Amino acid sequence: MATFIVRRVLWLVVVLFAVSVLVFLIFFATPGVDPARQMAGRNPTAETIKNIKHEFGLDRPLPVQYGLMMKHIFVSRDLISYGSHTKVIPEILSAAPVTLSLVFGAAVIWIVFSILTGLAAAVFRGTVIDPLLMILALIGISIPVFWLGEVVNLVTQSRLHGFFLFSWVPPLGYTPFTQDPLLWFEGLVFPWLTLSVLYIGFYARVLRANLIETENEDYVRTARAKGISERRVLLRHTLRTSMITFVSLFGLDFGVLVGGGALLTEVVFGLPGVGLLTYHSLTSLDLPVIMTTVIYGAFFITLASALVDLVYAWLDPRVRPA
Amino acid sequence: MAEPLLEVRDLKVSFRTEDGIVRAVDGISFTVDEGEVVGIVGESGSGKSVTMMSVMRLITDPNVIYQGEILYKGRNLMQVSRDAMREVRGEEIAMIFQDPMTSLNPVYTVGWQIEEQLNEHYDLKKGQARRRASELLAQVGIPRPEQRIDDYPHQFSGGMRQRVMIALALSCNPDLLIADEPTTALDVTIQAQILELIKDLRRDFGSAVVLITHDLGVVADIADRILVMYAGRIVEEGNKEQIFYDPQHPYTWGLLGSIARLDRPKARRLTAIAGQPPSLINRPKGCSFRPRCPQAFDRCRAEDPQLTVKVGDGHLDACHLSVEDKRARRDATISPELADTA
Amino acid sequence: MSSQNGGPLLEAEHVFKYFPIKRGILIQREVAQVHAVDDVSLEVRRGETLGLVGESGCGKSTLGRCFVRLFPLTDGRIVFDGQDISKLSRRGMRPLRRELQIVFQDPYASLNPRKRVGSIVGAPLAIHGIGDRRERKRQVQELLEKVGLSPEHYNRFPHEFSGGQRQRIGVARALALRPKLVIADEPVSALDVSIQAQVINLLADLQEDFELTYVFIAHDLGVVRHVSDRIAVMYLGKIVELSPAEELYERPIMPYTEALLSAVPIPDPRESAGRERIVLEGDVPSPINPPSGCRFHPRCRYATEICSQLEPPLVDYGNGHLAACHHPLNVDKETLARATVDDRRTPAEADEAAKPTEPAQRAR
Ligand SMILES: Nc1ncnc2c1ncn2[C@@H]1O[C@H](COP(=O)(O)OP(=O)(O)O)[C@@H](O)[C@H]1O
Ligand SMILES: Nc1ncnc2c1ncn2[C@@H]1O[C@H](COP(=O)(O)OP(=O)(O)O)[C@@H](O)[C@H]1O
Ligand code: SF4
Ligand SMILES: [Mg+2]
Ligand SMILES: [Mg+2]
Repeated sequence: MATFIVRRVLWLVVVLFAVSVLVFLIFFATPGVDPARQMAGRNPTAETIKNIKHEFGLDRPLPVQYGLMMKHIFVSRDLISYGSHTKVIPEILSAAPVTLSLVFGAAVIWIVFSILTGLAAAVFRGTVIDPLLMILALIGISIPVFWLGEVVNLVTQSRLHGFFLFSWVPPLGYTPFTQDPLLWFEGLVFPWLTLSVLYIGFYARVLRANLIETENEDYVRTARAKGISERRVLLRHTLRTSMITFVSLFGLDFGVLVGGGALLTEVVFGLPGVGLLTYHSLTSLDLPVIMTTVIYGAFFITLASALVDLVYAWLDPRVRPA
Repeated sequence: MAEPLLEVRDLKVSFRTEDGIVRAVDGISFTVDEGEVVGIVGESGSGKSVTMMSVMRLITDPNVIYQGEILYKGRNLMQVSRDAMREVRGEEIAMIFQDPMTSLNPVYTVGWQIEEQLNEHYDLKKGQARRRASELLAQVGIPRPEQRIDDYPHQFSGGMRQRVMIALALSCNPDLLIADEPTTALDVTIQAQILELIKDLRRDFGSAVVLITHDLGVVADIADRILVMYAGRIVEEGNKEQIFYDPQHPYTWGLLGSIARLDRPKARRLTAIAGQPPSLINRPKGCSFRPRCPQAFDRCRAEDPQLTVKVGDGHLDACHLSVEDKRARRDATISPELADTA
Repeated sequence: MSSQNGGPLLEAEHVFKYFPIKRGILIQREVAQVHAVDDVSLEVRRGETLGLVGESGCGKSTLGRCFVRLFPLTDGRIVFDGQDISKLSRRGMRPLRRELQIVFQDPYASLNPRKRVGSIVGAPLAIHGIGDRRERKRQVQELLEKVGLSPEHYNRFPHEFSGGQRQRIGVARALALRPKLVIADEPVSALDVSIQAQVINLLADLQEDFELTYVFIAHDLGVVRHVSDRIAVMYLGKIVELSPAEELYERPIMPYTEALLSAVPIPDPRESAGRERIVLEGDVPSPINPPSGCRFHPRCRYATEICSQLEPPLVDYGNGHLAACHHPLNVDKETLARATVDDRRTPAEADEAAKPTEPAQRAR
């Protein structure tokens, strides 16, 4: 197990290195593109461009350029966004907790509800409950997050805000947990729900399919032949093995969301997370920010996939190294 | 005589499907006495598994339709509650399956899986269940049981996994052990080991055994009585001597003739049973075996032969041929070389 | 070299096939090897059926695949019809693929479920560019008839067929190119006995019609004896006995063969009860670390010290009956004295001086 973990961590480092090189090459070594101009944001002065050229060693060989860039990102952490004239790293570091709060909360909700829905659908197969739940799930998958978020805002922020059910909803935006835990929670409830709807639908369907497939496995029949209760067969045998697929999907989705994939939800609810940061940097073509957020995103995605592998090995002894 | 351990009375099991009603088991009756070994023999699809799965009420397909009675120790299992049935499973009747590779849950250790059953049926302390599990593993011939108890199924070979399945099945001392093709997926050498093991355990545990197989050779040594099934029905039933030395049904002859036998001079050709089993949705008129039967005559097409005693005590068959005709003709199927020289 | 000569159709000389086992952090190092086929020399004669038996994992399939060069050999030579094919490239093998075909064990997994029977059986013809579409269809339908299916089955999918019928489809596919040598890799192991008999009879008929040579792989000596002219018994990558079929069954020399024979169930209760049954203990050991000396010694009831120390040479007991064992069964002193070590087929590791001097002692 130890070598397995070491191997995954080393692998993580290698992937991150590869991603950073790739990103770097795309932005700095694409023929016909002047990275200095790109970095300088809109309407730069000749002065700025010269500064940039010097600072990033753009007149020196590529490996040196790469090294300098990484130094600015990871060591001195003083990479500057010429668009907004702020330092990029602190900006990302302050956006990360917002995204993490959003995604963690949503993940808890979607795990709980998708398991419940998937289980209920599988258990009630052959009755109307199953197709009903699956249609609901399909609707959940099909609703555009952006639209759903706007509707939720319309209801909770304006139309029915006076109504006692929604009067507690604070205005859009984010309050750090350390500042006011209650407000943090209240402000995130609807973003959480909105973000999780799609995933509840998707995961419930996947889980149901898995449960039904596992139900036909020989070892489930063995469990029944042992005289185990239906409930135990379902939870300890069918569900337990179905979780293997579930977990691997979850890890990747989680990684993508933390890495900036929750962009739409963040935009609709005005949450200053990584997604929003990326969104702004994309619209203003702010190269340093784009590059850093891409590396940041890649970090979380590879980290998540490494964690998935570990959990996977924990869930499925067959893939455990001997 | 004492009442049989298991008595199946006119069991019919069908499945509703898109193409029509599949009559997988079509009115069969038989008994299993205490401590007896009964072999059920027939080709794939003849309804062997469905019959014994029905006894365990293990068929989960919602489209199943049952008729008939399954009396276990006088109690109709078709009518007992789900909870009562759970107590029967594992504790009274245990079952092992064909494919040892897929019959154990891959994510739990073999010890866990045996302990789970013990805990379900008995009030045991944690250490007790574990000790018993390891004893069982030793009993079925798994070397170093104290260590292997913490291994996962994939760490065992096919033969060893089947031993684990047997340990699991025997863990609550069942009175009836159903073994559904326990050796079909294994090498001949491992098959010999497993059959030997089942014989030993029957002696030690005294359980009755129902052994399902498609190979008459497998039951020759171990079974007391044999049921030959074809297309959802029993076509011949008798004790071992009767089935092997005085077989009455042309299907049984075919099964015997298909085996490449080591105890006989090499046959030039095996007498295979031509064609395939019939559709269970539209069963042929008359004898179901007629389309494949080299002996068939007019009456076979018109009239469905009933399973009745024709030759001796407890020896039943469902074939229209007269006993004399059968005795005169069967050697040409079972052992043509011997028949030629005779 | 002429292909009409009377020499064997296929000759394997000291064939090795090891599979690497890789492990490691980032860079995969080879940590061990599976000795799947370990110094096998064997010839397949024209028109014969050579049976290959042994328990699962002892290398039968791998040897079969070496014969048709499905992968490169680790070492050794394979001569097919006078031509050394062991070093041929994929391209060089191509014309020979027509002559060397395999029928696989699993009738369910070996047919593409999305393809129709016609295109499965016709694929080899299409790949080798034989005939036009119409001509191919005619040939395929003819083949289907030959293997006992009907030409109407041309447009059906594999799932519409039973196990036995699928195996017929597999046979038709193998025969499409009129091969000279067919490796039948456990073609009946997954089938019911009654269906096994059908397929075995079919293979026998086709052998006559198409003048085929078979290598028939199985783990059941009953079936192998029925189909084979000669039988090679394999254990953990080695040939341990090679003999004419009838002789092997009447006079097994190697204790492993004796055990295999005794494991075959006999459908005769009295006979079966009277017979001495040798139940082999445990499983086949791992081919990663095969036992020293005679590989069978840990499970052999005749084994003595020498068995764990020296690998026995293949000894020729006359009449084409070879066996590798320090304590041969069913041989008298005279035969033993006349027997000679087969230098050509004996593995290089084996000690040629270690020809057995004594028949086996009573079992432990
Ligand atoms: N759930 C099911 N739905 C429809 N047909 C079934 C079902 N289960 C079994 N059958 C059919 O019942 C017949 C008997 O099956 P089975 O008892 O498994 O045969 P055996 O064990 O003798 O090989 C087969 O033709 C099979 O296709
Ligand atoms: N592609 C492969 N990679 C690694 N090991 C293999 C491979 N193919 C076969 N083996 C191993 O080689 C040994 C012989 O296998 P095989 O030839 O399939 O045996 P058999 O056909 O006699 O059952 C087995 O231990 C098997 O696990
Ligand atoms: S009744 Fe007729 S068709 Fe049926 S088995 Fe007997 S002879 Fe054959
Ligand atoms: Mg079955
Ligand atoms: Mg094989």
